[in-house]
Amino acid sequence: MRRFADVARGVAWRSIHRFVTKPQFLLPSLIFPLFFFVAFAGGLSNVSNVPGFDFPSGYTAFQFVFVLLQASAFGGVFTGFSIAADFESGFARRMMLAAPNRLGILAGYAIAALTRAGIVGGLLFAVALATGMRVHGDGVDLFGLVVLALLVNVTATMWAAGVAMRLRTIQAGPAMQMPVFVILFLAPVYVPLDLLSGWIEAVARVNPYTALVEGGRELISGGAVRVWLVYGVAVALLAGFAVWGVRGLRRAESAG
Amino acid sequence: MSLAEQGAEMARRSILQTLRQPAMVIPPIAFPLVLMAVNVGGLQSATRLPGFPTDNYLNFAIAFPFIQGALFASINAGSSLARDVETGFMRRLALTPMQRAALLMGNLAGVMTVALCSSVIYLVVGFAAGLRFEAGVGGVLVLLALGLLIALAFASLGALIGLRTGSGEAVQGVFPVFFVLVFLSSNALPRELIEQDWFRAIATVNPVSYLFEGLRSLVIFGWDGEALALGFGVALAIALPAVLGASAALNTRLVRT
Repeated sequence: MRRFADVARGVAWRSIHRFVTKPQFLLPSLIFPLFFFVAFAGGLSNVSNVPGFDFPSGYTAFQFVFVLLQASAFGGVFTGFSIAADFESGFARRMMLAAPNRLGILAGYAIAALTRAGIVGGLLFAVALATGMRVHGDGVDLFGLVVLALLVNVTATMWAAGVAMRLRTIQAGPAMQMPVFVILFLAPVYVPLDLLSGWIEAVARVNPYTALVEGGRELISGGAVRVWLVYGVAVALLAGFAVWGVRGLRRAESAG
Repeated sequence: MSLAEQGAEMARRSILQTLRQPAMVIPPIAFPLVLMAVNVGGLQSATRLPGFPTDNYLNFAIAFPFIQGALFASINAGSSLARDVETGFMRRLALTPMQRAALLMGNLAGVMTVALCSSVIYLVVGFAAGLRFEAGVGGVLVLLALGLLIALAFASLGALIGLRTGSGEAVQGVFPVFFVLVFLSSNALPRELIEQDWFRAIATVNPVSYLFEGLRSLVIFGWDGEALALGFGVALAIALPAVLGASAALNTRLVRT
């Protein structure tokens, strides 16, 4: 266990250090979520006047939840990019030779992704509150929203790590990013589920991510959250992709 | 060889280079269509807002893939020229009697060919999904012409950056800036329906808004002279200096010492 913790700490420290000290990694991670928040919450606020749109905390809070979860997911995907780059440069192979417990490598990357999500999420919260976002949920609700965002982050990290460790090249970037992007945007992004129609409504109803977005919106507005459904889906997704990530690690090990 | 023949040869090279790399063909076609499909599905209910100019969001959103495709054209044009600088192809070319203009013309012609194919695919998919064109067949042709001019404008900007910096990374780095310009425009709602004053002010001074409005005016309103004049005018105002700047950068890059 000690060996696992030592490896995880070492990998996490290196990844976090790289993230916070290199502007080319830090700035896009901070700027893009803010930009999406501004573009969606500012440019589309009139959508809240569509008949049938009923969200007590207003359109800013409605979009904030989507952008927070999106930023968390992409934080995980970007960590997958780092893993792929480490394999491409040969660093990951040397690290695997040196690590007494290789599961610690995966855990280290996950800790780095969580830290990254924490920094970006904190900034998003600050900007949203400063621009007048209304929060009707209490402290417990907000804690629940933060936990939800972190669960999404680790799930996306496990997905991207699984891809990165199987393909071991940065050219796998689109293969990590595109599925996450599609799943995120096939949820109710701009309006609640009840206002969607046609094919996207059918897809959004079976998209597991819909439960997370809608749950997050209930949390911020202090509404009735279906806790078992929301966190059940989040934990099930995490468990499934953790298996995917660990098997990716085993594939990388056997590839030498 | 005449300038036209040299240009045609460089265009052939540019097209082949593009076709041999699926990453340069598939994203400019697939990505804008996926985003359009998502936006049409998600924002169809916005057509119920009082004053929204059409009852089908697809008619409003069809301009989006044209602009996003133009952004990809800028990346493709800039990246391929930057690669020519990075690999030394440009230096070797400087030793030949080839005219400088042929290289730029050829590169842009190759990128424009891909842009034309993408535009036709956007329209075919749009019509299959129920797109209704108020300006008729002539409007379709004008929309294609405006779409190509916009692609030329962005491709020339990409070429300018690629030639000035000689770095593919620098070209990729500019993509987010263009992306921001697209999202801070009237791409998702008509300007008069943007509720936030500050956002409407940004969208009003953002030239990309007028490109969107020019393209979709043909679909929604028919022949709207003002929107078309602004659309073509803004596209030309970007394209002309960009082409001239790229030519000057190429001359500097290919100086024979």
